[in-house]
Amino acid sequence: MNILRMAWKNLWRTKRRTLITVASICFGVVLATLMRSLQDGTYSNMIKMSVQLASGYIQLQHPLYQQQKSINHSIAPTASELSRIAAINGVQTVSKRLSSFALFSSGSTTKGGSVIGIEPDKDAETSNIQHWVAEGRFLNKGDRSVLLTQHTAQNLHLGVHDTLVLISQGYHGVSAAAAYPIKGIVQFATPKLNHLGVFMDLGLAQEFFDTGEQVSAVMITVDDYNTVPNTVAAITAATDGAYNVLDWKTINPDIVQFIESDQSGGMVMIAVLYIVIGFGIFGTIIMMVAERKRELGVLIAIGMQKVRLYVLLFCETILIGVIGVIAGFSISVPIVVFLKKNPVQLPPELATTYAKYGFEPYFFFGTTPTVFLYQVLVVFGMTALIAIYPLWKVKTLEVTTALRS
Amino acid sequence: MNVLEIQHLVKEYTDADTPVRAIDGISLTVAAGEFTAIVGPSGSGKTSLLNMIGGLDTPTSGTIHVQQQNITQLTAAQRIDFRRNHIGFVFQSYNLIPVLTAIENVALILQLQGVSKKERQQRAVELLTAVGLQDRIHSRPANLSGGQQQRVAVARALASRPTFVLADEPTANLDSKATENLLQIMQQLNKEEGTTFIFSTHDQRVINKARRIITVEDGKIHTDEQVVPDSATTLAPMV
Repeated sequence: MNILRMAWKNLWRTKRRTLITVASICFGVVLATLMRSLQDGTYSNMIKMSVQLASGYIQLQHPLYQQQKSINHSIAPTASELSRIAAINGVQTVSKRLSSFALFSSGSTTKGGSVIGIEPDKDAETSNIQHWVAEGRFLNKGDRSVLLTQHTAQNLHLGVHDTLVLISQGYHGVSAAAAYPIKGIVQFATPKLNHLGVFMDLGLAQEFFDTGEQVSAVMITVDDYNTVPNTVAAITAATDGAYNVLDWKTINPDIVQFIESDQSGGMVMIAVLYIVIGFGIFGTIIMMVAERKRELGVLIAIGMQKVRLYVLLFCETILIGVIGVIAGFSISVPIVVFLKKNPVQLPPELATTYAKYGFEPYFFFGTTPTVFLYQVLVVFGMTALIAIYPLWKVKTLEVTTALRS
Repeated sequence: MNVLEIQHLVKEYTDADTPVRAIDGISLTVAAGEFTAIVGPSGSGKTSLLNMIGGLDTPTSGTIHVQQQNITQLTAAQRIDFRRNHIGFVFQSYNLIPVLTAIENVALILQLQGVSKKERQQRAVELLTAVGLQDRIHSRPANLSGGQQQRVAVARALASRPTFVLADEPTANLDSKATENLLQIMQQLNKEEGTTFIFSTHDQRVINKARRIITVEDGKIHTDEQVVPDSATTLAPMV
């Protein structure tokens, strides 16, 4: 009789207990996966919202721009450089941006804010600002009108077709002043972004700030934010180190800080879940060994070496873990995939609270492979650790005592 | 030829800080083909003696030689190998492996010995046939009566062709009919195959079948008698 077959048979001698243990591991894996998926989805969405809109996952900048965000630290990447970047595996889009600050004026009201020159024809694949246009229409390439974020428009008491006056300092101290008609009002889900300021066509921004062909940064989006480090290295190599290639973490340290603190909280929750799963398995193993003490004694008495018994018991414990993990994995994959495609909309009260903190009113779920892999590995590792207990019990087993039990 | 030689065997242990001498200087020999009963009241030391003969326990002093090999000098792992190859056990509570069928229970020990699958299947069927269970070879212990389980245990004990079979109260949980049946099988194996049986018991039916009766009291051999089986007639006192 094969040891593995014997272990399998032993598992099913107390079907109900094995099934309960498998179920507890299974639901533990499902819950842990859902929690991790929710975290992953939330972070992914947060990064997508904030990073993709404002900075891109990766930026090409002038070496001094990150320290001093001045229009004077602009770059003029060549078409061939941009093509080489676009050809890198994982790079989704490459677009140019020119950003600076200006005073916005309307009547007697003046307010400071950002002026962001974008490429409207690439917007759908990059920042997707057009999705957030609440009034009016989105920009076209070559437009000489602008988009205004909602709070800026409200503060200036401006609407679509009104005129916005901009005053700023252009490239190397050039005086920049102009008046532009408002083509649309943008309302983002993240309230903080609604204070941003003005979006205009890149060409118009270059004209306003008198930068010529120069831009503040080249924004690069990728298929998967987990691939950013590799893509950064590839871009640095493709541009011969001529630019500062920064990832979203460096550009947005506040988001990183938030994710890290939130992740710590999430890890505590998952650790509690793992402890519950762990004790569930441990309880079963304790019972399994205790009620078979005599049988173990008999096996040693008739000539089974303890090492062989270790293997048998280890196989039994691992089999429980494997069945539970596979079941949990099989159940969690379709659930998570479904939830990723259909984010859960929050009830109105919760949605308001979320909006206050700048989040979209949805529970987003992620399907990064590590979301599944970590749960499988952790639960399996935990089972392997618990498998030490029966080994220790067999090691210290007195045959004569076991036979009397 | 002696298969077992015990010299000045002593087993002491401590029970609630009180030293207890379970075996107190026992010496005896058992020849091949004997059908020996070790009898005595509860706590007399017969199970302790059987445990040490079987290498399940180690003595405080003294020696046990099985076919000239001093088993008291073996390590725990060596004793396990020794048991597998030299001793067959029959326990009071049968102690079959519940998830294995009768044939698998018998073949298990052969598998541990590294015997080929074909050979162990053949041997297991032979033994189960010998104990009258040829039609129950694929039954699990839960589906067998107490008597049938004990017959499987006897078959298992004989599977490795041991030097001798140790049976600790083998009939304690059996009814009269099952006891009679089991004893008949053991006697038959003893006569026809020359298997040496050593059993502890206080079942008079078993004692009546023994050809040698060793009485143990307070850890010492009180009497050691050769008897005519089924009549319990004393042949010659040995001690």
